[in-house]
Amino acid sequence: MRNHDPVSTSLQITSTTAESGLLDLPWDLPLETWPEERIAALPRGISRHVVRFVRISGKVYAVKEITEPIARREYQMLRNLRRLAVPSVEPTAVVSGRHDADGEHLEAALITRHLQFSLPYRALFSQTLRPDTATRLIDALAVLLVRLHLTGFYWGDVSLSNTLFRRDAGEFAAYLVDAETGELHTTLSPGQRAYDVDLARVNIAGEMFDLQAGELLDADFDPLAASDRIVDRYESLWKELTHEESFDFGERWRVDARIRRLNELGFDVGELAITTDFTGTSVQIQPKVVDAGHHTRRLLRLTGLDVEENQARRLLNDMDSFAAANDLQGEDEEIVAHTWLSTVFEPVVRAVPPQLRGKLEPAEVFHEVLQHRWFMSEAVGHDVGLDEAMRNYLASQLVHRRDEKAVLGGDDTEPVPIVGFAG
Amino acid sequence: MATVTFDKASRLYPGSDKPAVDQLDLSVGDGEFLVLVGPSGCGKSTSLRMLAGLEEVTSGSIYIGDRDVTDMPPKDRDIAMVFQNYALYPHMSVADNMGFALKIAGVAKDEIRKRVEEAAKILDLAPYLDRKPKALSGGQRQRVAMGRAIVRSPQVFLMDEPLSNLDAKLRVQTRTQIASLQRRLGVTTVYVTHDQVEAMTMGDRVAVLKDGLLQQVDSPRNMYDKPNNVFVAGFIGSPAMNLMTLPLNDQGAQFGTMLLPIAREALAKTSGNRITVGVRPEDLQISTTGEGLPVQVDVVEELGADAYIYGTTDAAEKVDIDDPDMRGEDKNSGENIIARTDGRRPPTRGETVHLVPGDPGHVHFFDISSGARLSV
Repeated sequence: MRNHDPVSTSLQITSTTAESGLLDLPWDLPLETWPEERIAALPRGISRHVVRFVRISGKVYAVKEITEPIARREYQMLRNLRRLAVPSVEPTAVVSGRHDADGEHLEAALITRHLQFSLPYRALFSQTLRPDTATRLIDALAVLLVRLHLTGFYWGDVSLSNTLFRRDAGEFAAYLVDAETGELHTTLSPGQRAYDVDLARVNIAGEMFDLQAGELLDADFDPLAASDRIVDRYESLWKELTHEESFDFGERWRVDARIRRLNELGFDVGELAITTDFTGTSVQIQPKVVDAGHHTRRLLRLTGLDVEENQARRLLNDMDSFAAANDLQGEDEEIVAHTWLSTVFEPVVRAVPPQLRGKLEPAEVFHEVLQHRWFMSEAVGHDVGLDEAMRNYLASQLVHRRDEKAVLGGDDTEPVPIVGFAG
Repeated sequence: MATVTFDKASRLYPGSDKPAVDQLDLSVGDGEFLVLVGPSGCGKSTSLRMLAGLEEVTSGSIYIGDRDVTDMPPKDRDIAMVFQNYALYPHMSVADNMGFALKIAGVAKDEIRKRVEEAAKILDLAPYLDRKPKALSGGQRQRVAMGRAIVRSPQVFLMDEPLSNLDAKLRVQTRTQIASLQRRLGVTTVYVTHDQVEAMTMGDRVAVLKDGLLQQVDSPRNMYDKPNNVFVAGFIGSPAMNLMTLPLNDQGAQFGTMLLPIAREALAKTSGNRITVGVRPEDLQISTTGEGLPVQVDVVEELGADAYIYGTTDAAEKVDIDDPDMRGEDKNSGENIIARTDGRRPPTRGETVHLVPGDPGHVHFFDISSGARLSV
């Protein structure tokens, strides 16, 4: 039925939070034309759709303009991923029923919360590049992909551009940003996993070639080798987490060894299938359920600190050293944790002056201070105290770092939006 | 020869008792543009993904040319999923953007250049090869993205609802452009959509699926003129075909006060005293003699040369292709009728008109229980 009465506009906002500030945004304007004073920054990197960052009540959000069914689907997908504890951006709202002042239909918008201290990969390449940064990013992406696949999530568009990275004790932890092409299944077929991994390989190569073409990456760097790395890292981690292992009945220590290996990689074994052959002489084990975040969970339980996996491992190691150095090894681990927290960790965090707190997350600062102390001790030939290391670190290192709490803005690597066959 | 063959291919999800795709037998010719269409959940995407290697084949086989690809990983099948990846790299030239997948595959530089230039010619991008994507319009950028799939020279293009991302205005423009591009390239293409208008305008042939089963595969013309069953009849065509259940005797079907004759061979296939009849809105006209199906006019949509009448009749029972057992409806409530009429003197709201088919050849008869086509 095509009668041309103007449709009464009802803007509809489906939101996970009661963020009234969302209502203040200029929803009757196309996102591309939102006034500068509303915009926190333009997006960095390559994007299919129009994306803008905005600030509401002191928090930063990403707004993406896409068709309503796709927005709703992605919103739901991100919510599912969060529920499954997959590292991903937090969905905030879908805004639909948008019309401009003339009553013309405007596309819907998906709003996600900006991940604090997260970095788009291009931000890491706009400074003097360390050659191993690229490989570390790829390693982080491989871990994310394995975690996604274990959950039954097929990504369909794996790339560095669709990922945000957080520092993790010198490494990186990867977070999924774009779930538009994603699908959640009970389990993934080998074909689906292979396709995702191959897509990652091709996309990473393209992104690396592009950085080289933009002279942001050393000409000696080999994008093809880097992109092959994601396949290697993925395959070896996947194998470690899921392959069936066979051994003689007398070698049952291998069960513990396997679990320990997985723990070291940051995974807990939720379920292990153990079978023996009918002669009873050989044993097969295969992890059936593995959960990432082994160290994160342990640290959270002991101290209430919620940090990335490698950071957690680092802090737990330091806790163990603290216990050894203070003759507390026989004590309850909760007591050790509590003591370590109040006498070691918290003083370091409190020592960071307010003006420097936007540079790095506390757990990452702690990791860097420990490293700094190690280098200082080496230089002078004896152990340097943590206090002294901290003071030195603040004055010589942290103060020179840029703020990473909200790295958003674009510069030379503008997006190339494609919005259709417009001309 | 890049034909595609589904040979009794099925996909049954573990824990499910009904296959998502049920013994699909479908052959796509070399260079053909075949569209898989159907409502949500019909199995069209699953079928495409089985072809892509993204979905396991529980039983049966899939062939590309004469290669059995049933258990082959996706990247060995020589297919290209088009529109999966729109990203254009801002620092690379258009030529490099189009060719980099070949670069990764280790193809020689001059071969890459050759393929890129060929694709650029077809895509009207030849003057832009050395420019950066930023310098291109939105439409040109989209063509560069397509160029990436084209230069790989795959045997088959697969497209899974590629226009669903675009707003309504652009869908129509893009449709014809994709279709004409495929004609120029001559690459076998399997395309999935839920939109039957899209299917009918783009495909050389259209395959309609429902509940995992192939309903009919035919040219758009044949699909429109001779739907195999009630579902296809009601699914294809917009506005939809009028489908109704009418009383049947050995003379024919009772269309209000008018008797619709049925060919003896068709009549022989019926059982009982009711029959399902379908007539498209454009095949109905207002009777001058007052005989035919009485329809009370609820709404008149005036479009200039034509007008559409929306009304109800009590002389026929409802048929709902999405709910054939009529679980959700009172069987005896009035059936909705749509008819196209001359826009210059349309009837008025509230008026009762009598409708008759303009041409008995455009009346479709279907079996009341199976829904299968009865007329020849």
